[in-house]
Amino acid sequence: MSEDRKKLVEVQNLRKYFAVKGNKLFEKKYVQAVESVNLFIYKGETLGLVGESGCGKTTLGRTIIRLYEPTDGRIVYDGVPIYDKAANISVKMLPYRRKMQIIFQDPSGSLDPRMTVGEIIGEALDIHGLATSKRERTERIRHLLEEVGLNTEHANRFPHEFSGGQQQRVGIARALAVDPEFIVCDEPISALDVSIQSQVVNMLEDLQADKGLTYLFIAHDVSVVRHISDRIGVMYLGCLVELAESHELCNHPIHPYTKTLLSAVPLPDPEKSRARQRILLEGDIPSPINPPTGCRFHTRCPYATKRCRQEMPVLKEYGPGHYGACHLLEQNG
Amino acid sequence: MDENKLLLKVEDLKVSFFTPAGEVKAVDGISYSLGYNEVMGIVGESGSGKSVEAYSIIGLLQNPGRVIGGSIEFEGENLLEYTPEQMRQFRGNKVSMIFQNPMTCLNPVYTIGNQLMEALTCHDKTISRETARKKAIEMLELVGINNAEKRMNQYPHEFSGGMRQRAMIAMALICSPKLLIADEPTTALDVTIQAQILELMKDLQRKENTSIIFITHNLGVVAEICDRVSVMYAGRIVEQGKVNDIFYNPQHPYTRRLLQSIPRLDEENDERLIPIEGTPIDLLNPPQGCNFGPRCTECMKICLRQKPPFAQVGEDHISACWLHFKDAMGKGGNA
Repeated sequence: MSEDRKKLVEVQNLRKYFAVKGNKLFEKKYVQAVESVNLFIYKGETLGLVGESGCGKTTLGRTIIRLYEPTDGRIVYDGVPIYDKAANISVKMLPYRRKMQIIFQDPSGSLDPRMTVGEIIGEALDIHGLATSKRERTERIRHLLEEVGLNTEHANRFPHEFSGGQQQRVGIARALAVDPEFIVCDEPISALDVSIQSQVVNMLEDLQADKGLTYLFIAHDVSVVRHISDRIGVMYLGCLVELAESHELCNHPIHPYTKTLLSAVPLPDPEKSRARQRILLEGDIPSPINPPTGCRFHTRCPYATKRCRQEMPVLKEYGPGHYGACHLLEQNG
Repeated sequence: MDENKLLLKVEDLKVSFFTPAGEVKAVDGISYSLGYNEVMGIVGESGSGKSVEAYSIIGLLQNPGRVIGGSIEFEGENLLEYTPEQMRQFRGNKVSMIFQNPMTCLNPVYTIGNQLMEALTCHDKTISRETARKKAIEMLELVGINNAEKRMNQYPHEFSGGMRQRAMIAMALICSPKLLIADEPTTALDVTIQAQILELMKDLQRKENTSIIFITHNLGVVAEICDRVSVMYAGRIVEQGKVNDIFYNPQHPYTRRLLQSIPRLDEENDERLIPIEGTPIDLLNPPQGCNFGPRCTECMKICLRQKPPFAQVGEDHISACWLHFKDAMGKGGNA
């Protein structure tokens, strides 16, 4: 891949903490949902983000488009910093909402039950003043519905009249209404049936090819992410632990957590899945309110050393475009 | 398979839900048998009737659902003729179940230990509290919960998702049932925790010689744990066979398409997925012919008129599709 590709989104040291009540009166504790994440997304690519529940992948996605206000760090979109804590930059987001959109996980929960599909999609057009006449507005809504494989008559129906797969299509049409450049796909297919999932995945791929969209694709299903993404980032307890091109990541993972995650994915192939050696982790994911010191994975890592317990590893490049955050890699290479 | 060695034999089971909108045939005549020490997988999408079928075995079907036909034989006895009292004795003792969401299945106001011991004392009135407690601790240790003594006195909310599912498994296995029904036991869990639970279930199955009916929509999980597989679509079994036959030599178009439509981690090429077009059928108005007919690319005329019978496509491998009768019927299926 050429090095001069344009970076559409750049995230530096991004943090997002949520305040929660402590045990004592007036005591405040923080859920460290996203901790010092550095990444960039090339224009036109799909960056996959995988991790277990509670690892902060959704929070990261929402913080990048500033649906959540970041706690610290810097976000650059298309060369312009839209958030920078240190320089005290925090731009008005409305113009950027036209460029960055999101598709949510729960298709029925993200559509207003009292609005028709036409109104839901039209609202986006109204906010940004994208339709000059009523006729143009109707025309655009019809066109958007066709684009996501729905009938034009569907515009007058309410969300509950649709199946889960169709509701997700409406969500996608709403995101596309403003002609965005960058879409955060937050687990867009996990609520759908197996046979419907592939329909939506194919549609997302077609739309990307048509419109040159850039995706941040968040999911917990590694197989789906591998299929759709150009590069994949792996998150654990708020930290990005590994980032590489998808083939590279799946075939030569370097971080112990990525290795474990990949070996845990069930393969739809009886002989292969019975023959392979699994890495099983002890215990559960620690709480992000009280994350372990040092490397956040050290409590479950079979190779943890003294240094891992004290010092948090930073993301470094170990191969071309292959980043990892682990002290062991440093010692080996 | 030898008739005497069967643990469970389900024959032409029909379950319907009588809703205000009409009768929903959730399970429409399914048959299968399960031997001792065997793991049978039931795969299907949501609404295919896989859970309903399991609920009717254990007698937990809720209104307005009713078994309207067929038989369920467990070691030669028809479960559908059991009185509620007999069913209560049977449930938990000989058959037990693990549910998808462990949090909703554990009682939040009792300790884990209390709930484990309750399962024991319910079925054996003579057991002393001391023995029950000892057995419960043993069971928790068996499913890999550390500090079992301390954990006995904790409440479900103090357990993590994976731990709760372990506790559920302990509770299900504490009376040493002959059959364990696992209804999507790993769907709510993360992959690394899922791997732990699957390893645990495989291990326990070997140790305790329990037969398992494993209900899931995840083909990867099926490949890993099951000996035999039934693929369900819209209330009917469409294909049934040994796990290797189903994965390496699928015969029914639905099974074939399902296997093609999922992205795989172990595949090198990034080919486009081949989705199954259309949506699952509306069970209130099922089609006259094959349930998969409207979505099938190889659909023939007869498929839209008549439900297909099972064809023996291999040893212990059956598939319900008119395509298997194509040669017998002549070209185009105009029979």
